[in-house]
Amino acid sequence: MLQYLALSAILFAIGIFGVLTRRNAVGILMSLELMFNAANINLVVFNRFVGPDNLTGQIFALFVVVVAAAEAVVGLAIVLLLYRNWRGIDIDRINIMKW
Amino acid sequence: MLEYAYLIPLYPLLAFVLIIFFTRWKERLSSAIAILLVLLAFVHSVFVLVAMLGRHGAPVELSTPFIDHLIIKLELGMWIDALTAVMLLVVTIVSSCVQIYSLGYMHNDPRWSRYFAYLSLFTFSMLGLVIANNFFMIFIFWELVGLTSYLLIGFWFEKKTASDAGKKAFITTRIGDLGFIVGILILTFYVGTLNYQEIFEKVTSGTLSGGILAAAGIFIFCGAIGKSAQFPLHVWLPDAMEGPTPVSALIHAATMVAAGVYLVARAMTLFAGSATASMVVAVIGLITSFLAASIALTQNDIKRILAYSTVSQLGYMIMALGLYGVDYAHGHHSAGYVAGTFHLMTHAFFKALLFLGAGSVIHAVHTNDINDMGGLSRKMKTTTITFFIASLSIAGIFPLSGFWSKDEIVASTAGHPVFMVVTLLIAFMTAFYMFRLCFLTFTGEPRDKERFEHAHESPKSMTGPLTVLAFLSVFAGWVGLPWLHRGFSSFVYHDQVHHAGPHYILMIISTMVAVSGIGLAYTIYYKKVISADALARRFKVLYKLSFNKWYFDEIYDAIIIRPILGSTRVLWWFDANVVDGLVNLIGWLTVKWADLKMWFDRYIIDGTVNGLGYLCMAGSWMVKFIQSGSVQFYTLVVIGGAIGAVLYRVTEVGFYFYLIGLIIVALLSLLVKMTRPDRVGTEPNIEG
Amino acid sequence: MILENLSQLISDISTQPLFYLFSFVIIASAMCVVSLKNIFHSALFLILTLFAVAGIYILLHAEFLAVVQVLIYVGAVSVLIIFAIMLTSRLASKKIEQSNEQVTLGLFICVLFLLASVGSLTYTAWNTVDLPMIEHNILTIGKLLMTRYVLPFEVVSVVLLAALIGAVVLAREEKA
Repeated sequence: MLQYLALSAILFAIGIFGVLTRRNAVGILMSLELMFNAANINLVVFNRFVGPDNLTGQIFALFVVVVAAAEAVVGLAIVLLLYRNWRGIDIDRINIMKW
Repeated sequence: MLEYAYLIPLYPLLAFVLIIFFTRWKERLSSAIAILLVLLAFVHSVFVLVAMLGRHGAPVELSTPFIDHLIIKLELGMWIDALTAVMLLVVTIVSSCVQIYSLGYMHNDPRWSRYFAYLSLFTFSMLGLVIANNFFMIFIFWELVGLTSYLLIGFWFEKKTASDAGKKAFITTRIGDLGFIVGILILTFYVGTLNYQEIFEKVTSGTLSGGILAAAGIFIFCGAIGKSAQFPLHVWLPDAMEGPTPVSALIHAATMVAAGVYLVARAMTLFAGSATASMVVAVIGLITSFLAASIALTQNDIKRILAYSTVSQLGYMIMALGLYGVDYAHGHHSAGYVAGTFHLMTHAFFKALLFLGAGSVIHAVHTNDINDMGGLSRKMKTTTITFFIASLSIAGIFPLSGFWSKDEIVASTAGHPVFMVVTLLIAFMTAFYMFRLCFLTFTGEPRDKERFEHAHESPKSMTGPLTVLAFLSVFAGWVGLPWLHRGFSSFVYHDQVHHAGPHYILMIISTMVAVSGIGLAYTIYYKKVISADALARRFKVLYKLSFNKWYFDEIYDAIIIRPILGSTRVLWWFDANVVDGLVNLIGWLTVKWADLKMWFDRYIIDGTVNGLGYLCMAGSWMVKFIQSGSVQFYTLVVIGGAIGAVLYRVTEVGFYFYLIGLIIVALLSLLVKMTRPDRVGTEPNIEG
Repeated sequence: MILENLSQLISDISTQPLFYLFSFVIIASAMCVVSLKNIFHSALFLILTLFAVAGIYILLHAEFLAVVQVLIYVGAVSVLIIFAIMLTSRLASKKIEQSNEQVTLGLFICVLFLLASVGSLTYTAWNTVDLPMIEHNILTIGKLLMTRYVLPFEVVSVVLLAALIGAVVLAREEKA
């Protein structure tokens, strides 16, 4: 089980790295997908090894997949909007929250 | 009625307040209010007197505590006895007459309302003084009387002499008041109360006696000296003639100067307990009386003659009261007290009459100098008749009121031969100077034709009071006829009734004295058998002495005022150079010190404050870069923080290592960023 | 039926080599996803990663989820992402820097996160049970979704609808 969890952790860490370092908004979204998958792996792993007599984990993973899809849709819509208004989707150029 | 007697002083006070605050601009209304309320006070006084007669003079006291302290008890209260009742009546009568008279006399005066307000205030002060039941209250009203006299004497303050006279009256009486307050303090210290009756009980029981009593008596008498214009503080009274004549009448007859006599009569128990104090009082009274009478002989100002006459008569009263005290202290019982108070009453009427008559004359001829008058009897019938009545009364001619009271005073000097002789001499002089005045004013040929032509009888509002007062001058003395068993002497008395009975010999002597005085005046000034100028030349020294008022003003000028002025010059020099120098030095030092403090303030305090401000700005300038606006950086911080929290939970050391590592890496990345070329050029080429 | 058989097959054979294979693919391609300069290549590697994750699901007896993964992620989301990339940047010729300046710090954080999570994984006492996985996976999931989890199921459908509308509203061209 630990190996699966370690895999999940590695995948999540890579996702975090992507979120932190990608300049491209779509890149960040992709990294987010990685993180979702890491979480899903976790859910499924726990389902398999902690509660194999029910399927709660898998169903939750299913919901996560659905919500992730919704997130991807909305996120990409926002990216498109961003592109339209800023002529680019570089996150570090979008700094209207700067002092 | 008696319980409400405290209202009597409040009527004129009400008048004052109403006039000053509400009706100042309505002159007729102001005078109407003043006169109406003083008449009300008069009516009330009549009731009080009747009530007092009904209870045979048994006193009434009403009092409320004002300050109740361990060592001193002050109260506000009234004490009504026979003397108070009589004084209330006298004051209100004279005040009413004067106010009505003023309607004519002050005609067209620009400060009409204020004048009546002052008169009301004056009346209030005097009534309050009379009704007071303790020395504290009497002192308050005493000072109020002083204040209002200042206001009234200096009423025509545009005239420098008038304002100077006001100041002189105020300051001179103040010297006496200083003594008065010392006396009050002595009583406070030794008795602990200022209530008349409580003090008098201490005196009669012997608790308060000897030197302290004498000192208290003499110091309190100092107040009387000032207010009643006794020697040596009599100099203010003649100058006070600068005020409007009705005011002079009020001051001289019933209010201010009577206050001193009233005080002595009121505090008679104090003097009766100490022969020394009484003797001082008697001697002062005698000296005053004689000096004033001798000065009056040669004066030419109609009002000044009357003023000196007043001083002389007041001296009479004071002397009588003092002699009573002396006799009482020696165990005798004389008529002095009754004589003094009786004369106070009768004198109030005929002196008021004299002044109002003089005012009427002045109103007619617009001068005070009797050398510019003469023959006025042809123009002013009422004034002349009333003036002669008053003169006869003051001269002591049977059966006018002055005769009876003066006779009593002469009788009270029995047992003191020196006093008796001088008293008779004064009576002679009084008769002489009064009739000198009468003859020069009303008879003979007018010496100033132009003024004579313009002279006219005064209006009804002036002659009316004259008539009333003339009536009183004739009959007021009859309440004290020596044949009466229940007359004045059995009503107003000290300690016990002393019924003197008629002294026929004295009556004859004093009448002779008076008549001879009148006769001499008649010969000199009416028949002109003897030349006045010749007499003056003959007795040049005496004449000069009298004419120059015994040089009192000059003496005071030389021994008091000049040294004071000289010392003030020295003090001024001291003040200007030493004190001012010191003050300026201190000021200079203060300024320097303030400069120092300013420097400190500006650079140290402000520096600190501003420095803190700059520090904050600098700090925030550094910190603000955290707010980079980069969402990713925020995310990084969040995650880094979460990791830190987990680490801290698991292993603290690891957390610190983590922190250190974080800082190192941050610095490293910063370094890398600095060494890397600017990224601007690598921006994606985006279509505009 | 095929899935059932596949599941049977996997439970029969040793999963260890397959796991390492998938793990390697996942990690390697995920790294490519986050580090490649060409965002399009990243997207392709993302697809690879998602495929590998589906493989892991199969190893874990979650066949239905694996199919869903392939259908939704590989089929829908990836296409969507590629669409977005093609709409927002002209990528073919661009070799621009795709990472920002906090690479070092991010790396540090990630490594530490990894350390922390792996550390806590190893130190945690998992109460695992050694039971075989439920048979008839798909059947059971379908039943559960229609019975026990019917409310979340409906809510998720509402979420999808909301996302649909939101995306339409957001991405709609403004009428000039």
